Amino acid sequence: MAEESYLARFLDTCRYGGIRLYANAFIFLLVFLVLAIALPIGALAVLGPLLRPSKPSKAKNATYESGLEPIGDARSRYNVRYYLFALMFVIFDVEIIFLYPWAVSYHTLGVFGYVEMMIFVVLLLIGLMYAWRKKVLEWM
Amino acid sequence: MLNWQSSPLTGIGFLGMVIGGVLILGLILGIVTYLIYFERKIIGWMQLRIGPNRVGPFGLMQSIADVLKLLIKEDIVPENADRSLFLLAPIIAFVPSFMVLALIPFTATHVFTSNTQVGLLLYLALSSITILGIVLGGWASNNKYSLLGGMRSAAQMVSYEIPLGMSVIGVVLLTGSLNLNTIVVAQSRHIWYIIPQIVGFIIFMIAGLAELNRTPFDLPEAESELVAGYFTEYSGFRFAFFMLTEYVYVFALCALATTLFLGGWSGPFLPSWIWFAIKTSACIFFIFWVRATMPRIRGDQLMGFAWKVLIPVALANLIVTAGVALL
Repeated sequence: MAEESYLARFLDTCRYGGIRLYANAFIFLLVFLVLAIALPIGALAVLGPLLRPSKPSKAKNATYESGLEPIGDARSRYNVRYYLFALMFVIFDVEIIFLYPWAVSYHTLGVFGYVEMMIFVVLLLIGLMYAWRKKVLEWM
Repeated sequence: MLNWQSSPLTGIGFLGMVIGGVLILGLILGIVTYLIYFERKIIGWMQLRIGPNRVGPFGLMQSIADVLKLLIKEDIVPENADRSLFLLAPIIAFVPSFMVLALIPFTATHVFTSNTQVGLLLYLALSSITILGIVLGGWASNNKYSLLGGMRSAAQMVSYEIPLGMSVIGVVLLTGSLNLNTIVVAQSRHIWYIIPQIVGFIIFMIAGLAELNRTPFDLPEAESELVAGYFTEYSGFRFAFFMLTEYVYVFALCALATTLFLGGWSGPFLPSWIWFAIKTSACIFFIFWVRATMPRIRGDQLMGFAWKVLIPVALANLIVTAGVALL
């Protein structure tokens, strides 16, 4: 039972220990951020130059294009479909962001929460159907 | 020293955090090295080949030799590339892939787990930053294959992020918390969520495979048409960091699937971390198995599948789960 109560206290650090204890979780995340930046910088900028050769030549620094001379610049126009998918993504990602807090407090909201969220979901589903009918979801 | 979670932060506690971070970093580098080895070996066996067997006993040193080779390889930056972005892109891709590991509860003692109330949300938010690194890498290379690969990657990853995010809402709804530790404890007390949330689990694994750019969704790096996609121009250790990111995400996503649907570290008799390792390995094996079995799907099927199949099914799953939870 000691383990159970430890677990309960651990999961409720925010309530028991206040914001100072809760901040520890994010300080730990910051430690990971620093380590994650330090590893590539250490390997690429500190250790790398000591180990790897550096003999650039014109042909070596050319852009790869199946062995031929590169033709033109790569940053030309591309398919507008990517933009449409980005727009769809923004709409549905925002929907998910609204769904998370709703799911967390679902048991306290009850039937009211269910009906309210269904209205929201159906509104977005109508949007999805519209995009479907307008052939936004077809690739070619 | 290691009880920094249950006491206010001191210098010693901070040292414990740093030790924890470094340990996880070492662990993940080891795991990734042998993930690559086991992937090659397992796919080899499935295709009636032997797989790597030259370097060291049973080829166990193969991945280490590959890493060393990449480390001493020349770092080529193309003349036409956007130099600063080109150098930055692998780092932007890698950083979030390592940060998400801070959120995953590996053991029941919670020594090296960030106990935030928004763990799941943070995982999804951090993992989507990697898309930025990939698009930047593709764009900065100034190579037609890279640009196309990067754009395809972005389109695919943002499309599949929506079913991925929706499939886990059922779990959040049943637990009433976004804290990954709470989710595991709730499962160890009642039932693994794979049983009430089987539809969610299937969608999670499919969308996860697409997020990882792995077969059958490996269009962004289709070798035969895009010459490795967004990292065509990368060589040496910068290329290694893109590969590292990919394999860290394989581990992280399987760890997340274990945490959300397979009961995390909970299980009888054995210590908690062994249970976690067994379940995560099973998930990873599944991903390798899929790669050995499935062909690559067509580009026009890819987007349609996310928007016309996965999202409606995920929404239906959510509506049914919420309805049942109401009863």
